[in-house]
Amino acid sequence: MSDPIIRECAYVLVHVPSFVRYGSKPTREIASSPEPLLPTIEAHLRSFKEAVEYPPNQVFIGNLHPDGLNDIEQPWYEHLLKGASRYGAYGEMMPEEEFFGLLKLADDFDLIWLEKQSAPFFRQKLQGNPFWKEMDLGKIDGGVDMERIQEKVSGGGSLPLYYRGQVVGCFHRHHDQDESLMAQVLMENLMAKASGALVLKHLLKRANVAPEGVDFILSCSEEAVGDRYNRGGGSLSKAIGEMCGCVNATGCDIKAFCAAPIYAIVNAAGLVKSGVFKRVAVVGGGCLAKLGMKFKGHVTNNMPILEDVLGGIAFLVSEDDGENPIIRLDSVGKHDIGSGSSQQSIMESLILKPLDRIGKKVMEVDKYATEMHNPEVTVPSGSGNVPLNNYRMIGALAVLRKEIDRSEINQFVAEHGMPGFSPTQGHVPAAVPFLGYAVDGIKRGEMHNAMFVSKGSLFLGRMSQLSDGMSFLIEGNPKKR
Amino acid sequence: MFQGKKAIILGERDGVPGPAIAACLKAAGAEVIFAVTECFV
Repeated sequence: MSDPIIRECAYVLVHVPSFVRYGSKPTREIASSPEPLLPTIEAHLRSFKEAVEYPPNQVFIGNLHPDGLNDIEQPWYEHLLKGASRYGAYGEMMPEEEFFGLLKLADDFDLIWLEKQSAPFFRQKLQGNPFWKEMDLGKIDGGVDMERIQEKVSGGGSLPLYYRGQVVGCFHRHHDQDESLMAQVLMENLMAKASGALVLKHLLKRANVAPEGVDFILSCSEEAVGDRYNRGGGSLSKAIGEMCGCVNATGCDIKAFCAAPIYAIVNAAGLVKSGVFKRVAVVGGGCLAKLGMKFKGHVTNNMPILEDVLGGIAFLVSEDDGENPIIRLDSVGKHDIGSGSSQQSIMESLILKPLDRIGKKVMEVDKYATEMHNPEVTVPSGSGNVPLNNYRMIGALAVLRKEIDRSEINQFVAEHGMPGFSPTQGHVPAAVPFLGYAVDGIKRGEMHNAMFVSKGSLFLGRMSQLSDGMSFLIEGNPKKR
Repeated sequence: MFQGKKAIILGERDGVPGPAIAACLKAAGAEVIFAVTECFV
């Protein structure tokens, strides 16, 4: 049986400046700062238009190839793409007012109360979105008196919801003692569900597949859906699938820190290749906790807080159609428990070993996708240019293999790498933001193959000192040659 | 140069992991008080 294919990819961004205050870092800093910090944060937030016109965001939704960033002067936030569209070849960028409606639509437990005047406004905004106008949006109606909202916020464990600086509702906890069902945790989970459903909807539309045609869903989102007896119990996958009408699918979640999307795609490919399922959707919703994660660096450098968006990623893995690029299952690279955590060990495990196995050289891979973090987010806070460092490391492997000279590393980076463009949402930058461009580039004959390499920081959970990672290579469909 | 010194170690996911630095410093005679690897992205 042939290797499975990547049939379709979708990417979305959701602009949520009013939720930056609820990111993990801003929440902690606002609480502990001796000076009022919130006004400073609010003064550095971007408008929706500015976020849409921001070049890396245009790359993410499919309107500008990553290499196109090389031709745009930095800082990119000062060189906006005027008139850029919120809709892209791979998805869209959703404004906050539509997302409020989508959040309420995702809410099956009345966790959100929207204020009376605001509820119809958000419903109307979502109704204007072509992907949701056909849905029954009656759930968004209703609305609650402001007095009741304030009562819940002041003494009921609920968090106020803001839109353009005004309270427009609140988000409830669902148990007074269960830390897993606190308002902030449930907010994080519901935002992952809603943004995951948004990107899955785009995926199915792009693939021209009815929701009923999906067999299995794997979520690679970063959240911990569960309760006090089972933190991180999971199956956000099914909640997302339910919202999209995937009534014939079941699903489960893949947890592997930032490497989860690669693990999920490899698992999906294995399930398809084995014949267990024909169509497997991999989906990752956005991560509230990571909003404003580097805001201190951005504020210090007097630049906009760029972590004001949730990212969403989705991929449809299915049986070989003789057209789309295949995932070479003999190319899967893994970081073994006994491999060691040095960068060289990790890269050898994820790149050299699989390439040796399939008889390819480092230079025979047209493009490498690594952690695609936007450097404009990470450099101001001292975290470095992550993709550039990774590409230099891969180039160094080519030098060690005597495929290129040391002096050619920069050229290797320019030709086989690309600038980072992904929001720093953990799992979202994990190599896969380039998958859509790679699939299309291979189909158009502009490239032969691409390798996807992601790493995970298992040690952050304090259960092991191990690092992690996984990789795979896609290449042109052999039946098409 | 690390003989008898106490060491607090911060390793980096994309750089050198904490345990690797700790192993080097212990071999050089340091007493490792705390070692951790963090992810800065």
